[in-house]
Amino acid sequence: MGWTRKHLLTMQELDASEIVLLIDTAASLQEIATREIKKVPALRGKTIVNLFYEPSTRTRTSFEIAGKWLSADVINFASSGSSTTKGESFIDTAKNIAAMSPDVVIVRHSSAGAAALLARTLPCSIVNAGDGAHEHPTQALLDLLTIREKKAHFDGLHVAIVGDIAHSRVARSDIHGMRKLGMTVTVAGPPTLIPAFVQELGVKVSYRLEDAIRDVDVIMMLRLQHERMTNGLVPSLREYSRYWGLTLEKLAVHARPDVLIMHPGPVNRGIELSPEVADGPYSVILDQVAKGVAVRMGVLLLLAGSRGEAS
Amino acid sequence: MSLLVKNGRVIDPANNTDGVQDVLIAQGKIERVGKRLEAPVGAEVVDAARKIVCPGFIDIHVHLREPGHEYKETVATGTRAAAAGGFTAVACMANTTPVNDNRAVTDYILATARADGVVRVHPIGAVTRGLRGAELAELAELAEAGCVAFSDDGTCVMDAGLYRRAMEYVLPFGVPVISHAEDASLGRGFTMNEGVVSTELGLPGAPAAAEDVMVARDILLAELTGAHVHIAHLSTAGAVRLVRDGKSRGVRVTAEVTPHHLLLTEDAVRTFDPNTKMAPPLRTKRDTEALLEALADGTIDCVATDHAPHALAEKEGEFDQAAFGIVGLETAVALLLDRLVRPGLLPLATLVSRLSRDPARLLGLTGGSLAPGAPADVTILDPEIEWTVDPARFRSKSRNTPFGGSRLTGGPWMTIVGGKVVHTFGQRGAAVRAAAEGEASL
Repeated sequence: MGWTRKHLLTMQELDASEIVLLIDTAASLQEIATREIKKVPALRGKTIVNLFYEPSTRTRTSFEIAGKWLSADVINFASSGSSTTKGESFIDTAKNIAAMSPDVVIVRHSSAGAAALLARTLPCSIVNAGDGAHEHPTQALLDLLTIREKKAHFDGLHVAIVGDIAHSRVARSDIHGMRKLGMTVTVAGPPTLIPAFVQELGVKVSYRLEDAIRDVDVIMMLRLQHERMTNGLVPSLREYSRYWGLTLEKLAVHARPDVLIMHPGPVNRGIELSPEVADGPYSVILDQVAKGVAVRMGVLLLLAGSRGEAS
Repeated sequence: MSLLVKNGRVIDPANNTDGVQDVLIAQGKIERVGKRLEAPVGAEVVDAARKIVCPGFIDIHVHLREPGHEYKETVATGTRAAAAGGFTAVACMANTTPVNDNRAVTDYILATARADGVVRVHPIGAVTRGLRGAELAELAELAEAGCVAFSDDGTCVMDAGLYRRAMEYVLPFGVPVISHAEDASLGRGFTMNEGVVSTELGLPGAPAAAEDVMVARDILLAELTGAHVHIAHLSTAGAVRLVRDGKSRGVRVTAEVTPHHLLLTEDAVRTFDPNTKMAPPLRTKRDTEALLEALADGTIDCVATDHAPHALAEKEGEFDQAAFGIVGLETAVALLLDRLVRPGLLPLATLVSRLSRDPARLLGLTGGSLAPGAPADVTILDPEIEWTVDPARFRSKSRNTPFGGSRLTGGPWMTIVGGKVVHTFGQRGAAVRAAAEGEASL
């Protein structure tokens, strides 16, 4: 089937065939990265605006490279130093940018629902590059593409997502995507970082790292934000790291030898992941980053390209 | 000047009346209620056949925003919204700027209501100075100036010792303390109910327990002090259970519920529409069912709107940045008729009681009855009119409602305050406009 959506806002609203189409499209575009001249004309004459209201290096750069390799004109708008400092509201800024006729606006914002708000306000396509703790669909898609390349299939795989589930948009998007593709998901962390009724999303819950990583195919470690300590959700970094940090020793004792270690970045080295694990043989963290460009090319192509043309 | 309302079905719970009767009004008071009354010479006659004639409805929880937030609402626009919604009296909360924590502000509100208002306005005074929760406002003088209750609504008085003293201090005045029951530490940073939807949307939630622990505390303090505590905008099944238990033990606790907490659940937030954001937040189906049962059996004493006008700029952007609250005066009665009475979930007579007799008793107001000699405040309903909620036509200055576009059957048809018609459906407020322009006066 073909792609019919105008926007990419959530993984929750996609069905399995749409997710597979996105991943297949991204997979077909990966080889562009290996070319001597990394450019195809697919989006020539298209204008893409990166509207980033939160600091981001990896995601913004990834979208920018994706757009440029597809020959689109990519404009970056970051919130600091622009009209937001003059008190202009998010919605006004977005309307002004829309008045300049972009084809796609990619939005990152600290408020859940920000992408949906733009989708119902602006005439162009909207890509959600992370809205608060709600969703981050392109991250989930690159996670899925990475898993498929390493494991060759999805059905029946078991993934443990470990850490601050409550505040993670990556966890939410991953949960929806993985469940729709037939994977089993366990979320794990101290109970203060596990959100209410999370089982309703179709996942299992574990409060012990050693139990959560046993017999799983993939371990997705999440970043622990430092403000979780000041809010009384975790007593100390030291304690968190001791009970929830992933080390080679814990992996050797409790995990399968072919387990994949993933992390959406940026990694707190020595907190949730020991450096030996982050850089070790199980880790596919840099594969994730590489896949990010392909996934974002795929998304932009499906939203802004002429239908079905891959390169 | 007299007015005869003929042929309507009169529902007057305070006097155990339910049947087709005529209501004769003279000199601003109810003269007689009976069958086939003669119109005195010169009397205006209103044919209320197929209509329902009730004691004037009273909304004990509104925010008129004046003084200080006139861009959201004024006494003039808020009372016109009330009249259009079938209310003949409102009690207005103290979170104005300056706060209604001293007699000058109370006097200002009452003077503005006399000059600009079209329905009765009863100010509610602040419990603490500046709503800061630290020291008592001058409660005796506020009561003397005309405050009918005390509340820091919008924030919870977290200091239990201070709140206990407030309850004791107001005992001689015979007025309740109204609690905004929401533990600030349990609900810190919340934007919606904590539950499956907040987990899906990644929005910070307040658990039902944030309300329940404060309702429990306030009932215990009422028991300790003998004061009358009224719980504003009850929203959880747990709070219903606590109020029911308190009442059964003889504690002087009363409670209100808003139409939106009866009719909407957290599912409405999935749209990220800022008009689904309020405090307390929309809860779950289990809660709405408990609230409806409690309203029917009298555990909840009355319906109040928590009419909370906000300008568009405060309600159009990011959900977590938006202001809390929605307007309610112009939709409450019609929504409850359409969604609760018409499907048989709540008897009409019960709804009328919860909007008239019961809130009047709760605040010790003179209305809520069609007994001879009572003020001629009358709300007439048309159970058959079909209309669509169009926020652009609200009398309120603000349009922040999640009910825009709703198709409703039934609604307020005529509103009479002190014997004067202040609103008529169909003329779209002609009578009110006339009053505003000085062609008629209340």
